[in-house]
Parts: sequence; structure tokens; C-alpha cells
Amino acid sequence: MIEMETMSKYYGDKKAVSDLSFSISEGEIVGLLGLNGAGKSTILKILGCFLLPSVGRATVGGHSVATEAQEVRKIIGYLPDTPPLYNEMTVRSYLEFVARLKEVPATISDNIAYAMDKTNLLDVENRFISQLSHGYRQRVGIAQALVHRPKVLILDEPINGLDPIQIAEMRDLILSLKGQHTVILSSHILSEITKTCDRILVIDQGQLVAEGSETELKAGSKADFDLRVDVKGDHAPILSQLEKIEGLSRLKTKNMDGFTQIFCHCQLDVRSQIAKTIVDMGGELVHMAKEDGELESLFFRLVKSEGKS
Amino acid sequence: MNKVILIATREMGAFFKTWMGYIIIFASLLINGLLFNAFAIGNSPKYSADVLKDFFFFNSGIGMVAAVFLAMRLIAEEKQNGTIVLFYTSPITERQLVYGKFLSVLCIFLILQILSLYLPALIFIEGKVSLGHMFSGYLGVTLLGAAVLSIAMFGSAVAPNQLLAAVTGASIVVVLLLLWLVADRVDEPFSGLFAYIAIHNHRFNPFSKGLVHLKDIVYYLSIIFFFIECSIRTLETRRLQG
Repeated sequence: MIEMETMSKYYGDKKAVSDLSFSISEGEIVGLLGLNGAGKSTILKILGCFLLPSVGRATVGGHSVATEAQEVRKIIGYLPDTPPLYNEMTVRSYLEFVARLKEVPATISDNIAYAMDKTNLLDVENRFISQLSHGYRQRVGIAQALVHRPKVLILDEPINGLDPIQIAEMRDLILSLKGQHTVILSSHILSEITKTCDRILVIDQGQLVAEGSETELKAGSKADFDLRVDVKGDHAPILSQLEKIEGLSRLKTKNMDGFTQIFCHCQLDVRSQIAKTIVDMGGELVHMAKEDGELESLFFRLVKSEGKS
Repeated sequence: MNKVILIATREMGAFFKTWMGYIIIFASLLINGLLFNAFAIGNSPKYSADVLKDFFFFNSGIGMVAAVFLAMRLIAEEKQNGTIVLFYTSPITERQLVYGKFLSVLCIFLILQILSLYLPALIFIEGKVSLGHMFSGYLGVTLLGAAVLSIAMFGSAVAPNQLLAAVTGASIVVVLLLLWLVADRVDEPFSGLFAYIAIHNHRFNPFSKGLVHLKDIVYYLSIIFFFIECSIRTLETRRLQG
């Protein structure tokens, strides 16, 4: 559904996107993950026919964004980082305007009902947009992108500025679009992107540095990881022995009720050595687990290593 | 054509849902009325045709200022608020967008002129002027107003915000306005060229006297289409620039 081949984009002399190639199949939800300024919005703007690529080729639904922009615009719904809303209009009148702009034929009422139903806007349909909270404004932004039932939805930072409850609602909304629309979204919040997307494209300095599902990214990496070990007994001699293990660093302890938590960073998988050392030193191993920030550390490692190269 | 009307309708709706529209119309009519009483009618006896001519002179000036204020927001406001993205990602051309915007402010300008009709109507009832003279004057004001609207809209397309749009549009209008003064002080061929390009003096005065010349209509239409085309090209190049 979406193809990008060796696409680059320059702003003057600055290269914002560099030789980017990827493809997205119909019905997939794909997330662009990267730090601020990584080039995510530029990629989405090019797919939304808002910008032209400087080099390379980008197609949506088989149509080139450069030469067949009008055809592409008919099949995409685009939500920029700030929703394009007219404060003086009501939600319904705004969606009617957008539906006509996007060439919805005779089924305007059905389409508006569909968009409002998906985004839970029915209770505010006659309110002026200026009176809506940030969360509702974001929903109206998604509704305008959905109102012509596009094949492809392009969402730039859809959870930007939302509170935790609104984030959860937005996540459910995006997941409910699966299968009906191909969705590409961007975010710099790793935990959210892993919860909503089938596949993640990690972007750094305009380049694709990793690609795959959360599991594939974890499996394919030789990433470092953080470890938490709970031990009973005198932890001081254990700690001094652990410090000698190669590939283990950043050891920290925290005294709990009746046991000690040891936090450490593993460059190599030395978990069996850790367990053996604890037992040899007369300690009791209660619990050992990788910390939740595992993918996060992978993400930082990816963008940092690419940044250095 | 449907999308041009769609955009024009929304734009007009937005204009009358904010105070700005009412303020521009109210201020224009108020100043028009004051100038009409103070100068067009004046204290000394005048022929009705001269009163009408003076009314159109003042009305043209007020109309030019109003046109700059009306058009400065057209595209710059969309850029400021980020709503221009909606058009750039919808199946609509830059040409449809620009013509829709222009049509909306032209309609509002015409409403403003219709609301000023009571002043020449007073002259028509109390004095002796022809309907042809009134038609000619309003044709001139409308053509001049439309030309200034297109110039200010170009300013709005070029500038990143409404203030700069107003400054850009007004600067171009003032230059075109003052060219007739420069024309008197330079030699040929510049003298003839500047006099030809000047937007008000030689072009508008015949209309205010009840004279309609085809060359003046062609001139104003040329200015209108030139600046509309410049606005379209400005928006079209945006995709390349980023």
C-alpha cells in the first residue's frame, strides 16, 4: 500500500531524510519511532503530499506522491501534529465541510456518523470546536482524517499532549482501525508505539536504523539489558564478587524488607554466572528478571550508535 | 467549481462569525458617511454630479484600505493556524483554493458596497444624477477593490502571518498608487510606463465621472488575474521548498 524507495529530502543544504526505503502492506499499523527532529514528520508530510521528495520515489496505493498527488490525496487521511481545525465551526459542520472537500459523494451523513462513532464525538457534535478540550480536539482531528473512509491513515504524533486516559482511548481507537485502514503513525514514545503497532520503523537522523515487530527487534538485537536480582543474606561480599564479572556494570543496591535488590547492566548475558556467584557466596537467589525498559535501552542504543557513525 | 464555492462559503461564514468582519464593515461605512458629509456635500453649493464624483473618490480610498484588511488573513491565517494542511492533503488544487478565497472576499467587498448605496441614493433622490453615472462609479470601485484584494491576497500567500501580509499587500498597493506622481517627474519611456501602471489616478477618475473605458477595465482585470496567478504559483512552489 505504501512504498518508499531510496527517498531523500533536503531543506536547503540540510538532509532531513536520507536514502529511506520501506514498504507497508494493506491493513498494517506501522509506527515511525524516533527522537524529536529525527525526520518522522518529514516522511509523513511526503506521504501526505504536503512536501515533495528531493530524490527517490514514494507511492501510496500505487500512485506517486510527486506526479499523482491528487489521486493520493483521495485515498489518504492525514492528521498533522496540530489538528487543522476551525474554531468558529461546530464539530458537525466542520466534518461536513471536510467531507465535501474530500469528495464524499451522496453518503455524507453516513460518513460523518462513521467518523463520529469511531472517535466518540456524538455527544459534542453541535459544540463549537473552540469550546473543546485538547483531547476532543485531537479526536476531531482524527475524525476529519477518517470522514472519507480513506484506505491510508497518516497520523503525526496522535497522542501528543494527551493525558493518560486520553492516551488509552486513542490507543483503543487506533487499534479499532486495524484491518479497515492502513495506518502509519509517528511517535517518540516507545511504550505507546509498541502497544498499537504491528511493526516499528526506528528513524534516526533521517535514516532507517531498525525495522520489525517488538519481538523481532528484541530478538534481532545484541542489545544490552538491565537486570534486577533479589537476594537474601549478606549482600556486600556478593556485590564485590559480582563487580569482577566481565560484562556487568552499573551495580546498585536497594535494601528491602528482608532481602536486597541488586540492579545491574549487562553487556553480555551473564545471568548464569550471577546466579552461581550468589549461591557460591552463601546467598539465596530469590528473583532475577530483565527490567521493563529493555526495548527502550535498545532504542537508545540504536539511535546513539547511528548518531556516532 | 463546486470546491471553489465550498471554500468561498466557509470563508464567508468564518468572516461573519468573528468580530473582524463586522468591525471592518462598520468602520468603512462610518468613515464613508463622515467623509460624504464633510467633503462630498461640503458647505458650498455643488452640482449633484460633482457630489457623486467626490463620493466615489472617497469610497474608492476607503474601499482600498478595507480590501487590504479583508484579504490579509485569507492565506496567512491558514498558515498561522496550521489549517492550510487540510487543503494540501485534500484533493483540491491550489487554483481552486485561491479562487475560492478570492471569491469570498470579493462577495464581502460587494456587500460593503451595497451597504453604501444609501449615500448615492440620497443624491439621486435629492439631486439630479443618472443611474449610468452611479453604475459607472460602482463598477470602478468594484474593479479597483478587486485589484487591491488580489494584491493583498498575494501578500497573504507570501507572508508567514497576517501582520506581514498586510504590510506586504499595502506596500505594493501604495507603490502602484504613487506611481502617477513619479510618472510626472521622469522622462519617457518611464513616464508613460509608470502612468500606465498607476492603479488609481488616471484609471479610476473616469469611472467616478461616469465614463467607462474598455482600456481601464482591461487594466484592472489584468492586475486582478496577474496577482491571483502569482498567489497560485506561490502556493504551488511551497511543496518544493518544504
